Parts: sequence; C-alpha cells; structure tokens
Amino acid sequence: MNLPFEIRLEKRTEDVPRWMPALTALGGVIVAFLISAIILKITGGDPLRVGKFFWQATFGSWPTFSDTIVKATPLILVGLACSVAFKMKLWNIGAEGQFYIGAFFASLVVLVPIVPMDSPRWVILGSMIVMGIIGGALWGFIPGYLKAKFNVNEIITTLMLNYVAILWNNFWIFDKWSDAGFQMTPMFDKKAWLPRLADYARQYRAFSGITLHMGVVIGFAAAILVWSIFQRSRWGYEIKLIGDNPDAARYAGLNITRNIVLVMMFSGALAGLAGMSEISGVVHRLQERISPGYGFTGIIVAWLAKLNPFAVIFVSILFGALIVAGREIQPSGLAQLIQGIILFMVISSDVLLRYRIRLIRRKALTA
Amino acid sequence: MNFEIILHAGIATGTILLFATIGELITERSGILNLGVEGMMLVGAMTGFSVSLSSGNPWLGVIMAMLAAGLLGLAHGVVTIHLQSDQVVSGLALTFLGTGLALVFGEGLTGKNPPLIPAWSVPGLAKIPFIGPVFFAQHNVLVYVGYLFIPLVWFFLYKTRPGMHLRAIGEKPEAADTLGVNVYRLRYINTFVGACLAGLAGATISLAVSPGWYSSQTTSGQGWIAIGLVIFAQWDPLRAALGSYLFGALRRGILDLQGPAVLLGFTNPLYINSNWGFFLKMAPYLLVILALVIGSRAAIKKHIGAPAALGVPYVRGERGL
Repeated sequence: MNLPFEIRLEKRTEDVPRWMPALTALGGVIVAFLISAIILKITGGDPLRVGKFFWQATFGSWPTFSDTIVKATPLILVGLACSVAFKMKLWNIGAEGQFYIGAFFASLVVLVPIVPMDSPRWVILGSMIVMGIIGGALWGFIPGYLKAKFNVNEIITTLMLNYVAILWNNFWIFDKWSDAGFQMTPMFDKKAWLPRLADYARQYRAFSGITLHMGVVIGFAAAILVWSIFQRSRWGYEIKLIGDNPDAARYAGLNITRNIVLVMMFSGALAGLAGMSEISGVVHRLQERISPGYGFTGIIVAWLAKLNPFAVIFVSILFGALIVAGREIQPSGLAQLIQGIILFMVISSDVLLRYRIRLIRRKALTA
Repeated sequence: MNFEIILHAGIATGTILLFATIGELITERSGILNLGVEGMMLVGAMTGFSVSLSSGNPWLGVIMAMLAAGLLGLAHGVVTIHLQSDQVVSGLALTFLGTGLALVFGEGLTGKNPPLIPAWSVPGLAKIPFIGPVFFAQHNVLVYVGYLFIPLVWFFLYKTRPGMHLRAIGEKPEAADTLGVNVYRLRYINTFVGACLAGLAGATISLAVSPGWYSSQTTSGQGWIAIGLVIFAQWDPLRAALGSYLFGALRRGILDLQGPAVLLGFTNPLYINSNWGFFLKMAPYLLVILALVIGSRAAIKKHIGAPAALGVPYVRGERGL
C-alpha cells in the first residue's frame, strides 16, 4: 500500500479530557449500528425498516418505553454486579448463573414456603429480596473461594457454574414444583409480586398497561450503593487499588484473598437480586429461560459504562431496548450480533484514549 | 449397555473437544488468550453445514468453516495485538459476535440434510479385538485426522524451530524479539491457526458427530469446556488430547446412562424419573471445575503454569515493564 501519508500511533503522555471516554464509547456504538445495518442488508433485510420498527417498539410510546425499562431493570443490577467484580479485575462471567440461583432462592420463600403466606406483603417481598441476595452471593462465593484458595481461574469456574445453575433450576421446575406437568412452578401469590404501576390503574387511568415495577427502584438504589462504596468507602478504595496494582496493594498489607471472596459474593448478590426482581416483578413464577442472557449482556453493559454505576443505568436502557426489539426482529440472533459488534467497537475505540493518531506525510519522512 | 459402542461414540465426541482444545492451546502458547472459542465453533458449525448444503461437498464445508472462524480470530488479533485491548473482554465480544453471526446466517438451516463427512474403517487395525471397534472402525474421517494431529502438534511445538519461537513469544516476547523473531506476525498467525481449529471443531459437530444445526444448542458450552481443558492440561498438547477424549467419553456416557431400565444389576433411577438426569448433566461442568482445582494445585507444586506472557500485550520498545 502506498498512501501519501503514514498513520502512526503515539502514546498519550497527558490525561485524556473527561468527555473523551464517553465520546469514544458513543462513537463505537454508532459505528456498531452501521456495521449491523450492513450485515442486515447482506442477509436481505431492510435496515431502515428494521431501524424504524426498533424505535417504535422501544421508545415509541409510554407502554413500549415502560417495556424497555422493565428489560433494563435486571440489566442495571447485573451490570452493576459485573462492574464491581471488574473493578478488581475479577472476571465474573457467572452473573447468569447467579441470576438463576437468586431467582431460585427468592422462589423458595413462596414455594417452601419460608414465611407464612398470610404475613404482610412487605415481609414476603423483604424475605424474597434477602433470599435472592443470599442465593446470588452463595453462587459467587464458590468461584471466589476457589480463586482465593487454589488460584483457580474464575472465568472458567463462573461459566461452568452458569450451566450448573440452569440445570439445577430445571430439575425443580420439571420435577418437584412442576405446575401440572408444565415446565414452570404455579403462579406466585399476588403478595409476592413487586408492585407495578399497572396495579394502580384504577386510581390513575394513565397507568393502565404500564408494566413498570418496583425492581427499577431497587436497581437505582443499588447503583447509589455501589457508587458510594467506590467513592466514599475504604473498602471501595481497596478494591480499586487491588484491581489497578495488586503488587502495591499487597505491599500496603491489604488482604487480597479475603477481598476476592468478598467481591465475588457482593457481585453475585447483585446478580441474585436481579433474578429476584425479575421473577417477582415480571414472570411471577419460576420457569425455564427466565433470562434471555441478562448475565452476559451485563458484561457488555459494565464495560460500555466504563464501570461507572450511573452510566450503567443509561447503557442498560439502550440494551433493554435491544432486547425488547430483538424479541420481534427477524433473524433472531440479530440482537446478539449487535451486542457483540458494539462491545468490539467500544474496546477498539479505547485505543484512542491511550494513543493519539498522527498522520505523517511520507514526503516529510523521506526528505 | 455395550461398552464398546459408548467408547466409540465417546472418541467421536472427544474429537470435537480435541480440535478446539489444541487450537486454543496453540493460541495461548503464543501469549494470546482467546475466550471466543464458543463463538468461533458456532460460526464453524454453521458455515460448514451451510456450505456443505449449498455446494454438496462436505470437505469444502470444513475448509470454509475453518476460514470463517479464522477470520473471526483475526479480528481478535487486530484488537488485542495491535490495539492492545483487554484480551478477556475482546474474547467475550468474539463469543457474542460469533454466536450472533451464526444465528443470523444460520436462520432456516435447521432440519436440512447436507452431505456429511463419510465414515471409514482402517483396514487391518479395525480387526483388533476391542481396540479395533473402539478406535478404528466406522469413525468419521475427522476422527482419524485427530489421531494424526496429536503427534504432529507435539512434534511441531517441541521439536521444530517455529514451534520453539511460538513458545518463546508466549513466555518472553521481548527476548524473542531481540533474537529477530517477529512477535506480532507470529501472534497473528497462531491466533489465526487456533481459530481455524475452533472452526474445524464446529464443523466436526455439524457435519460429522451430531449432524445438524440446532442454533446455539449445537455447541452447548463445549467451547468453554475446551478453554478449561487447556488449563487442566497445563498447556501440554498430549495432556490436552487425553483430557479431550476423556471428556468426550464422559459427555457421551451421560447420554447413554439414561436409556436402560436396569443398570449394573440395579434398577436405573434415571429410567424411573428422567428428571434426575439434570444432575447427571451437571457432571461435565462440575468435573471441569474439579479438574481445574487439581490442575492448579499440581501447577503450584511443580512450578509450571500458564505461558508467562499470556494475556499481556506486547509493545515494542516498552520491554522490561
């Protein structure tokens, strides 16, 4: 190739401006959508029509926007879960499994039942939240302990545990709690449902058909909690330090093994909470495929949000929209494809944060 | 339950893991961690199936499967080698991308019947009692390719100069660079080769071992098991081969356990309540975890382990950091 100029990457010595990471991420998303449109064109689709449909199905009206937020809710929690672990460079790829176990544990409250079903609603919902957290934390504890104790690669263990969690769930819904032979448990008592806006349609007509549920409040609360841990607490500072420079952290006397276990449990707890919110707020029973891969999408969400808890909320809404639209767009793998391309583009665009691109004229070089 | 038949099927299933595991092993030995095996396998399985369907030639399918997965691997190469992005995240992105591509382009392939890789018996060897029927009779040809492949990879890695270079750039790229080895180029080549093998593994599924296109169920996590096996094998190709066949036989054996009403003289609990099978299906995944625990302890004892530069981008002129 004989270009009249040479492209050169030069390492940045100065800090990038604060707006730069957001801008490169946005650019990455836009390029990713363009590439997806081209692929859609190749497979014989009509990108413009799909795009228009995409908008209408996700942000077009109040009920559809509410659907988008409903799908974004578990993503917020799972995205936070991944952010927490990634901050310490712990690759928790197991949010999917932690989500399922969280949902399973929360269901136990109703199915066993752990608290009597005639207790007040807040007792039932409260114990479901606690159980969801315990379940997720437990599923995060296993890989955390193995990593801390035996230095077992957490990427593989968390992933393997995803499959185990889904099979575990399947056993109970196919066998013990199967509803008349169907692969789902009976519908939960209404007291175990997170309040939805639609429940108040009688008082406020505008709320009819709006499926938005309380889970989104739990998501926001969790985001604030994670933010304050990282900005305001000593523990958050320790996690960041271990993630950025484990050697320095070790010299400073931080207990790395204990933090590995704790962070994995915290991460798992957030993912488990997402599972609870989903079955109590949306599905209202334990069944197969309660997650269309939230745990994995959460990884992308966390990365795209640069591990910032508030950015996680916005990115989750974008991906919630992708899931809502993806349910109806053909071919079915398109949403996943777009997610993959987005992640690829975003990590590629990160190079702009570390390097500046210089175009150098060849003439000047040879002269 | 016929033991010979189960082992025979296990060897075939193990061949899938063999290609994927050895491919990932080669890539990791050069210092690049590619977690996208699952995605590349799916793309391989879909491409092989689709090309064989449209061209009528399964071998062309295999070649195109390898190329398609190899291209995906190159994308990972560009992002991690030149742009120095995080290899873990890039690998995950590759998984999503590969899965998405395979689902989009594989739309409508389910239920089709393309020509498959033919089965073949090795003359003479197939007659040996027990060993013959298990290893050398009526296997698809790719199984035999697998047999030949293991010693070749071992010889390449440990007895040839390019193999030594490959190991060197995974352990200490800056030292290799000073000796005139082109680290970047070699890493690209090995990422490509590893990805091609993942594609081959995919095509082995869809065109030979369990023919068909079942969207993302086609691979059902075998790519991830392969990555686990690389760690279990401590980056040794012979151990990787052994592990692959063992896990293959295990996956297969689990399916076969659910069939008969009487098992080893006892009533088969799976026959009465097939839902117990869910626990049995957990076994491969739990065993990968167990294998990793055992492998990690052995690694600590013997001071062996991952290639030293695995996952670390190499930047010329920044050595010694």
